[in-house]
Amino acid sequence: SSHPLASVSQSARITGVSHRVLPNSPFLAFAGDRSGRRPSSKQAPPGRRGSPPGQQERARGSPRPGSPRRKQTDRRREQRGQERSAAERTCEGKRKRDGRASLREQRAPPKKEKEVLKKEEPWTRPKKPRSSSLASSASGGESLSEEELARILEQVEEKKKLIATMRSKPWPMAKKLAELREAQAFVEEYEGALGKGKGKQLYAYRMLMAKKWVKFKRDFDNFKTQCIPWEMKIKDIESHFGSSVASYFIFLRWMYGVNLVLFGLIFGLVIIPEVLMGMPYGSIPRKTVPRAEQEKAMDFSVLWDFEGYIKYSALFYGYYNNQRTIGWLRYRLPMAYFMVGVSVFGYSLVIVIRSMANNTQGSTSEGDSDNFTFSFKMFTSWDYLIGNSETADSKYAAITTSFKESIVDEQESNKEENVHLTRFLRVLANFLIICCLCGSGYLIYFVVKRSQEFSKKQHVSWYERNEVEIVMSLLGMFCPPLFETIAALENYHPRIGLKWQLGRIFALFLGNLYTFLLALMDDVHLKLSKEEKIKNITHWTLFNYYNSSGWNESVPRPPLHPADVPRGSCWETAVGIEFMRLTVSDMLVTYITILLGDFLRACFVRFMNYCWCWDLEAGFPSYAEFDISGNVLGLIFNQGMIWMGSFYAPGLVGINVLRLLTSMYFQCWAVMSSNVPHERVFKASRSNSFYMGLLLLVLFLSLLPVAYTIMSLPPSFDCGPFSGKYRMYDVLQETIENDFPTFLGKIFAFLANPGLIIPAILLMFLAIYYLNSVSKSLSRANAQLKKKIQALREVEKSHKSVKGRATASDSGDTPKSSSKNATQLQLTKEETTPHSASQSQIPNEKAQGSGTVLPASRHLPVSQPPGVRPGSGHPPSQARPCRSASGKKAQRPP
Amino acid sequence: MGGSGSRLSKELLAEYQDLTFLTKQEILLAHKRFCELLPQEHRSVEESLRAQVPFEQILSLPELKANPFKERICRVFSTSPTRDSLSFEDFLDLLSVFSDTATPDIKSHYAFRIFDFDDDGTLNREDLSRLVNCLTGEGEDTRLSVSEMKQLVDNVSSRAREREGRLGLWLKLSLPQILEESDIDRDGTINLSEFQHVISRSPDFASSFKIVL
Repeated sequence: SSHPLASVSQSARITGVSHRVLPNSPFLAFAGDRSGRRPSSKQAPPGRRGSPPGQQERARGSPRPGSPRRKQTDRRREQRGQERSAAERTCEGKRKRDGRASLREQRAPPKKEKEVLKKEEPWTRPKKPRSSSLASSASGGESLSEEELARILEQVEEKKKLIATMRSKPWPMAKKLAELREAQAFVEEYEGALGKGKGKQLYAYRMLMAKKWVKFKRDFDNFKTQCIPWEMKIKDIESHFGSSVASYFIFLRWMYGVNLVLFGLIFGLVIIPEVLMGMPYGSIPRKTVPRAEQEKAMDFSVLWDFEGYIKYSALFYGYYNNQRTIGWLRYRLPMAYFMVGVSVFGYSLVIVIRSMANNTQGSTSEGDSDNFTFSFKMFTSWDYLIGNSETADSKYAAITTSFKESIVDEQESNKEENVHLTRFLRVLANFLIICCLCGSGYLIYFVVKRSQEFSKKQHVSWYERNEVEIVMSLLGMFCPPLFETIAALENYHPRIGLKWQLGRIFALFLGNLYTFLLALMDDVHLKLSKEEKIKNITHWTLFNYYNSSGWNESVPRPPLHPADVPRGSCWETAVGIEFMRLTVSDMLVTYITILLGDFLRACFVRFMNYCWCWDLEAGFPSYAEFDISGNVLGLIFNQGMIWMGSFYAPGLVGINVLRLLTSMYFQCWAVMSSNVPHERVFKASRSNSFYMGLLLLVLFLSLLPVAYTIMSLPPSFDCGPFSGKYRMYDVLQETIENDFPTFLGKIFAFLANPGLIIPAILLMFLAIYYLNSVSKSLSRANAQLKKKIQALREVEKSHKSVKGRATASDSGDTPKSSSKNATQLQLTKEETTPHSASQSQIPNEKAQGSGTVLPASRHLPVSQPPGVRPGSGHPPSQARPCRSASGKKAQRPP
Repeated sequence: MGGSGSRLSKELLAEYQDLTFLTKQEILLAHKRFCELLPQEHRSVEESLRAQVPFEQILSLPELKANPFKERICRVFSTSPTRDSLSFEDFLDLLSVFSDTATPDIKSHYAFRIFDFDDDGTLNREDLSRLVNCLTGEGEDTRLSVSEMKQLVDNVSSRAREREGRLGLWLKLSLPQILEESDIDRDGTINLSEFQHVISRSPDFASSFKIVL
């Protein structure tokens, strides 16, 4: 493979002399030096064949500072410095050419002079064999050939890649440092040489910018990590409770981030414009507290229920006016309101799906995990984050239990139990739980209905007003433990039991939420049916007011005070208030549960233990465990309520941000002060995508009612930004008609045509089908590759056994015993071949042995194979770097 | 890092950032923690970079204290000839591998070396049984206080027998199983590539193979 190079080197040998005269380049220095020592230079400097000794040298040389190699480098640097000063005098182009030429000369393989070189100039090759091998006298060419440029470019790129991937190499730091410095020096040296003329400056500039960009990126990353809040808190929790509890807090933090974005969106685009530019409070009926309520409008008890002044504020839907534009900016508020409502869902959807995809990318194959249960138990059960001895003890216990469990599983798989009893108990348990679910659903429906009765009464007690929220919170508090008790009947394996439990709590929450919604919807319909009547009343009141006799006809009558205008019961605001109350009461119940259930219990156990009959800590009450699944589900459903309510109560997201903020601190404190690590199996990573899946489901479910109300309920006639329209989405049409050029409106109308939408949907289905089948065939190909690897592996084994396994595990840190041929391979090939499949190494080795020079061998000895990805199902290739290390070590003289 | 001049130089920091998965803050924190392990008078930057901290001190770090593999971890990352101390760069290597952003590749590589108790490049039965011993808290009997010790003395023999029996049973049942699962080439041991093959399938290896300072 080296024939073109050989000819080049021939000419280089002939013309090499002329360059000795001009010691003006670092490369030339070597070349000149070298050729000076062999005046009869009938040989070319070490090319491919010459390099092995140098590479051996390199391999032997300890990478630690102060090692011979370091000294060599220093020496060379010195020399180069001198050379450089000389080089300043000469033109750069010449230097470049020389450098290039000298680079080229070394291609040719000298056979005789190998020994000499090895003795005399060990330092010319080891560090930058590539550079020095390329460094030789010019072959008469005036400028660089394309080929060489390309090669250098390739090398520089390679080096850059090496720099980028250096961190993922399993080397000790000292070695990495040395390699990095070397690679950086190489890149710096050759980078400038690339490109010519104007292109060169451009290239240099680009390189400079690239460097700056890398630096900036790194600084930005540092800055970003600094900005992540609560890192230390979560780390503390991680070390005390392991990664599963911490995963809840990470989820909470993520949720906080999402809510902050939503908050920014709603506040920046809806609430603040309305407050700044909208009509002020008291100017129109919808922005004024009605006369009847005015007395009590500032009472705390009223405000606490989000009535009074809060109800008639920018926090709720009803406050917004239906003016098309507000303020001097001519800000289209109704349009903005609608778009923000839509984009809240859009953003949430995108972010949830994106983080779901991120999660699933990490874990490649779910289906495979069944094949490795035992191995996983062995290799991945320890949580390295645990830094607390108590937690470690409970982790030991958990692992021991899981070991035991797996034995029991193994033993009991063939053991017969009383199947009928188990079956009966399971059916019974499910029956009981369904009864519970139905009961709770009915209770909520009943309570919501009753609250509508109450709302008609004049004097409503505090309990009657808050009955719905109290009942819902109590159900959420007491049903899960009840389910757990019932689940004890079923006698499931704990992991399966946990899944059932989660599913049931999910069903409970979902059922409750939807019953609540249905009841609310009834209420809304009731209000809507009354609306026509109220509209008439309003109309007639105003009519009578202006036309009533007894007022001087000449003077125009002052308009009726907005507080006196009769108005409808704005159903949107009512819905918003319900969600607001629900959120607040949910928050309070959560905090009270934590305070009573966890903190007081912990205090009681801790301090009463001194004077109690039995051991409280070990016995009955003991300390509470942190209930991950319950907390996560609570958080998810809370978020669902936020999504549903935020359209009708823009302030809801603000309240939720506060809630998440406080609960972060509060729960962190509570978990550290009064909980004990638990032993349930709920692994972190799997649960993460599980949370996201639940969140996505809840997001979809909360999208439904909002979409229904937007699409098919008429907005109230006298409140909100869409009042007076037939449907809320009419605002879109209005904007398109009035503010866009007509052709755009036509395009939109065309796009909304069912004739276009139905084919689009069909196309999507086709795409799904196609992608699905592609992924299926890919997984089939995967399975086949796996089989192939196994076969290859066996072939390699047989090869090995033929050659005999020589164990080279003399040095302490060799991670792998390497066979002899691997060692030889290393020396001849210097880790240069891309380690694709180990099968290809054998022919390669033979080829080298017979004296041919492989193209691959031209690579720098220092260049490592491009980082071999693990887990891609190439076990043989993964073994390579490791083996090479041992190979080198084996070669190291004692 | 209280005093002046006790910071790492900018170039070194940049290089460390290139070579590890750590951010600047993490490297500085690591340096600070490392310096705290050194005697008071040797805390200057140059000395801290050259210093070797013996295992006992490294193991006293709360992050490693409770880890059953702590000795193995230190041994694997040590580059000193006697393999009983860590330099700052070794320490950084350790943290880098255990950091959040490290690739699963390098994590599994080092996990293999940690589990390979006899450093022979394969996981054989001996290694696996020692691994089980580590995971079930081998040292817990020795770490108990005197009073608890007394309590334990009565049933220690039975416990020992129980553990023996338990582990023996588990190993008897599961070792073939593990080898069955992960030993692709059927040579009776698990080598690095087989190990990585298995580990790469584990959904929660990368998230639990983490140590944060």
